[in-house]
Amino acid sequence: MKYLCLVYAEEESLHSLPDSPEDDECQAYADSLAETGKMLGGAPLEPVHTAVTVRVRDGKTSITDGPFAETKEQLTGFYLIDARDLNEAIRIAENIPPARVGSIEVRPVRELQVTPKST
Amino acid sequence: MSISGHIEALYRHESRRVLATLIRLLGDFDLAEEALQDAFAAAVSQWPRDGIPDNPRAWLISAGRFKAIDRLRRRARFDASLDELALRFEQAAEMPDLDLTVEDDRLRLIFTCCHPALSEQARVALTLREVCDLTTEEIASAFLIPTPTVAQRIVRAKAKIRDARIPYRVPEKGELAERLDSVLQVIYLVFNEGYFPSSGDVPTRADLSSEALRLGRLLLSLLPEPEVGGLLALMLLTEARRAARTDAAGDPVLLDDQDRSLWDRALIAEGENLVEQALRSRRFGPYSLQAAIAAVHAEAASPEQTDWAQIVGLYDVLLRAAPSPVIALNRAVAVAMRDGPQAGLALVDGLLDAGELRHYYLAQAARADLCRRLGRVAEARDAYRAALALCQQGPQRVFLEKRLAALANEKNVSAAVESPRS
Repeated sequence: MKYLCLVYAEEESLHSLPDSPEDDECQAYADSLAETGKMLGGAPLEPVHTAVTVRVRDGKTSITDGPFAETKEQLTGFYLIDARDLNEAIRIAENIPPARVGSIEVRPVRELQVTPKST
Repeated sequence: MSISGHIEALYRHESRRVLATLIRLLGDFDLAEEALQDAFAAAVSQWPRDGIPDNPRAWLISAGRFKAIDRLRRRARFDASLDELALRFEQAAEMPDLDLTVEDDRLRLIFTCCHPALSEQARVALTLREVCDLTTEEIASAFLIPTPTVAQRIVRAKAKIRDARIPYRVPEKGELAERLDSVLQVIYLVFNEGYFPSSGDVPTRADLSSEALRLGRLLLSLLPEPEVGGLLALMLLTEARRAARTDAAGDPVLLDDQDRSLWDRALIAEGENLVEQALRSRRFGPYSLQAAIAAVHAEAASPEQTDWAQIVGLYDVLLRAAPSPVIALNRAVAVAMRDGPQAGLALVDGLLDAGELRHYYLAQAARADLCRRLGRVAEARDAYRAALALCQQGPQRVFLEKRLAALANEKNVSAAVESPRS
């Protein structure tokens, strides 16, 4: 059985609480999980203001800034893609079939700022 | 001309072109802006001694690029990753043929600033700042918002361009139509804020409208698409009426009451020419159709000579191309002029009942005017009051108050007093 673990947090305070995670810690956990063969993929995301939402209705694509999924919509799946830039990501997103009835939120993946290991 | 005068003129005419190319070469808005300032500073110190170079623009781009590499090198002392970036710029291939790519760079800049992944407000602020070279203070005062708000919108927009990797590219054919919509929307929004300010006490702001016209002309020269010509035509035909749009006291004058001798015939001729080209292309859209409607008004020597049948016909096409309650309202007003106020009122009431225009003051104002013309004074008063409750714009409020006051002593009269105009 495969599971998707979704990370929810308050963006504003995520990195400033006493118990906030460090990027090094996140990388180490992901590495340890990968060693056990149980990590299939995962990534931190850029803040929500970098999002763009793609919808296709009657064959016409509409692009809006922000993560404005309707509140009655739920997360029903995900694609992790590698695109040259946002325009290519949008072109891929508009062809994801549920874009015709729901919305596809496109969020850039953030690089973890990992401290280089001294050798 | 003195060398410093020459450099000043160069800044006015070339700084946006140089900036657009530096953004492409450096891949970063802020770095490119610093490089632009550095390049002009270098010109000020070197040209009086060495003379003006043969190709000043190429010189400035090249100087800006090397200054940016210097800056990255200095910062690399604190951030090693920048060293790599500086090296990459240094090793970048020979400068491409500048004159061939420089206009493309301006178009790239426009499409990036108007990318639909940015909010409409961010697109407007960024375009006015980067493409038009308005200062943050100028943008803030034009839109009556605090300067830090504008500054924050610009900073966030640049961060999103960087973080979400919004490309510095002219859209490919398949995506051009949608992306172009996003650009035209920004230009028209700037124009309208100058022509019908959404708030405040001045009836029009010519500065914003003239920026929009400049942007429209620039875009048309870079990308001669029919809808770009259509939008420019719409703005020109609207701008042509500016002098007639307000009276000596600064209060708005309705189209029917305007002194048509004040209309700018040169702008009208230019607009009409562009509308004809756009319509002939058969690839026109909503802006060209609205421009065609404005052209029909412009052709009428007096309000009575307006071809309302043609205007209603154009609104029918427009409603099919771009269905919207506001366009339906304008169509209803045109129907009232063609078939009489009763027919128009039935349509306006239908739209108000549908709900979407309930909070749109112009819908209430249109209802008020039609009721007034039908002699239904009590309903006209109620509608003027409803319009006043929704309207935030000083001069428009004065106009509505005057209309309401004029009804104070009137009683309901027979609806038969007004016959339909031809």
